[in-house]
Amino acid sequence: MMTISGWGGRVRGLFTDTKGPWGQGGGDGGDPPADEGPGGPWGEPPRRGRRPSLGAGNVSALEELLRRSRARFGGNGGGLPGRPNRSLILWGLIGFVLIWLVFTSTHSISPGQRGVVTQLGRYSRTLGPGVGFTLPSPIERVKKLDVEKIQSIDLGSSGADDLMLTGDQNLIDLAYSVRWNVRTPELYLFQMAQPDETIREVAESAMRAVVSQVTLNDAMGDRRAEIEAQAAQNMQRILDSYRSGIQVQGIAIKQADPPDAVNDAFKQVTAAQQQAQSYINSANAYSLQLRQKAQGEATAFDKVYEQYRLAPEVTRRRMYYETMEQVLSNVDKTIIEAPGVTPYLPLPEVKKQRQPEEPQQ
Amino acid sequence: MTDILRRHRLLTVTGAIVLLLVLLGSFPIIPETKQAVVVRFGKPVRIYNMYKPGRPIGTAGAGINWRIPFAEQLVWIDKRVQDVDMQRQQVLSTDQRRLQVDAFARYRIIDPTLMYIRAGNEEQLTEQLRPILGSEVRNELGRIEFAALLTPERQGIMDSVRTSLNRIARQYGVEIIDVRIKRTDLPDGAPLAAAFDRMRTAREQEARSIQAQGAKQAAIIRAEADAEAAQTYAASFGKDPSFYDFYRAMQSYRTTFIPNGQDKLAPTTIVLSPQNDYLKEFTGRGPGK
Repeated sequence: MMTISGWGGRVRGLFTDTKGPWGQGGGDGGDPPADEGPGGPWGEPPRRGRRPSLGAGNVSALEELLRRSRARFGGNGGGLPGRPNRSLILWGLIGFVLIWLVFTSTHSISPGQRGVVTQLGRYSRTLGPGVGFTLPSPIERVKKLDVEKIQSIDLGSSGADDLMLTGDQNLIDLAYSVRWNVRTPELYLFQMAQPDETIREVAESAMRAVVSQVTLNDAMGDRRAEIEAQAAQNMQRILDSYRSGIQVQGIAIKQADPPDAVNDAFKQVTAAQQQAQSYINSANAYSLQLRQKAQGEATAFDKVYEQYRLAPEVTRRRMYYETMEQVLSNVDKTIIEAPGVTPYLPLPEVKKQRQPEEPQQ
Repeated sequence: MTDILRRHRLLTVTGAIVLLLVLLGSFPIIPETKQAVVVRFGKPVRIYNMYKPGRPIGTAGAGINWRIPFAEQLVWIDKRVQDVDMQRQQVLSTDQRRLQVDAFARYRIIDPTLMYIRAGNEEQLTEQLRPILGSEVRNELGRIEFAALLTPERQGIMDSVRTSLNRIARQYGVEIIDVRIKRTDLPDGAPLAAAFDRMRTAREQEARSIQAQGAKQAAIIRAEADAEAAQTYAASFGKDPSFYDFYRAMQSYRTTFIPNGQDKLAPTTIVLSPQNDYLKEFTGRGPGK
């Protein structure tokens, strides 16, 4: 609530050096300093107490105020208005330095971390887990590194751009991930210019080198574990040769597929395998059926033959009659005496004659 | 008087600050990852924190050092293992196959002075190493067959690239630690399409051969079953061929003439002569033929 009319009082108030800029609460803009004077940051209670005795003499009160102010500050030569500030700044500085010392010389290192200490830029030592003490900050610095934490990089992905050549000059779409952690923090920090990029490139190089020596079927099939192990081993060897301080924990092949462009052909192979199996299955079924049938029939014949041998003629006649009986009882029969007649017999007529009778029987 | 004093004090303070800055500048802090060449009026005089093979980290070099203010300048050169990537390029093998190759080299600056004199700074060094790496890789790979790239021989090839690249890099005070092929790809377009075609036809061939093999096996199984059945029959029926003939005929008549209820046969009419064997009693001829 700062009105135009309040400016005069405000300016004067500033000159007194005892008044804060937000002391303008008063409504009668004419002579607010008398009212609001004590609101300054360094204002003293005594003046507040004195105020009622001033009565109506607002102007004199202002002069009084000015005089008191001059007495208070003027004696010190006016040029250094911030003496109380200075000691405060000093204390603040001392406090800050103390806090700085405490905070930059004790370091709590969590169990999975190591703290690499550099003394004026030069590697000094590595702090283990727990609380470690160093010289304060500009002299010794600590860089904390996660060593236990296993990090993972995913490499290779779907897309025609990322195909690998296999040993039999085929292409494979391989996606894999590399797990690694920091083994020696100081080497990791100081030996490699771009450690992460290096891991990525070395992983790719090692994996491709291994894949380029196996066949496509091996890479897609049961030799995956072997490829993973070999690539991890190669990677470790290369990284060690750089003294990178990196430990490769393992490589996992997530996906090993033929390229999209030829995937259909690979499915055909699977389909053909199924087809071949079904051929064999049905042949097996046929075989089983046929054998059983043969054995059954042979056994039946054997049984009958055994009986037949005991009484050949009778058995033969019996079988003959039984069979003929069954056969002839189910068919139309015509018995003709004269051999010459047979061709001319209107057989259909005979049949027709018989048919109407049938329903009645 | 106070004015003069004050101005004097100001001067003193300014002087002290300048002095401090100069002092600080005279004792540069060399970080572990950098080497510093001290250049006096353009002429390299000393090296701080120079790389020495086999020396453990933190033993010497890095840390606080000194220089003559104004006269000597520091040139910072990385001490770590660095990387130069070859631009992806096409390589033609001896058997005229094209191949897209990505390679990278890892190097370390082992002679900062030489490197500073010959290359100036690290960017320029990389710029100069890159085409050399490219041409070395192309030369070496152009000397072998495509198939050799896909063998363990590949690392041997890379070693020879490393050796020849190292010979050149030494002139820049650089040691090549490792050269590796990152990727070898078939170029897009015709070669890739041809490879896909080959893979596809190979798979089709495989599919067909699997199918044919299945069919073959099935046929063998069937034939074996047939043979075994025939053997079983023969062993049994062979005991009395004439009885078998009769027995089988009887079976056959039944199957042929007796409707089994399932399929509707046209009614059969049999015309018999009284001379038929079956009717021999019918005519009262008595037993026998």
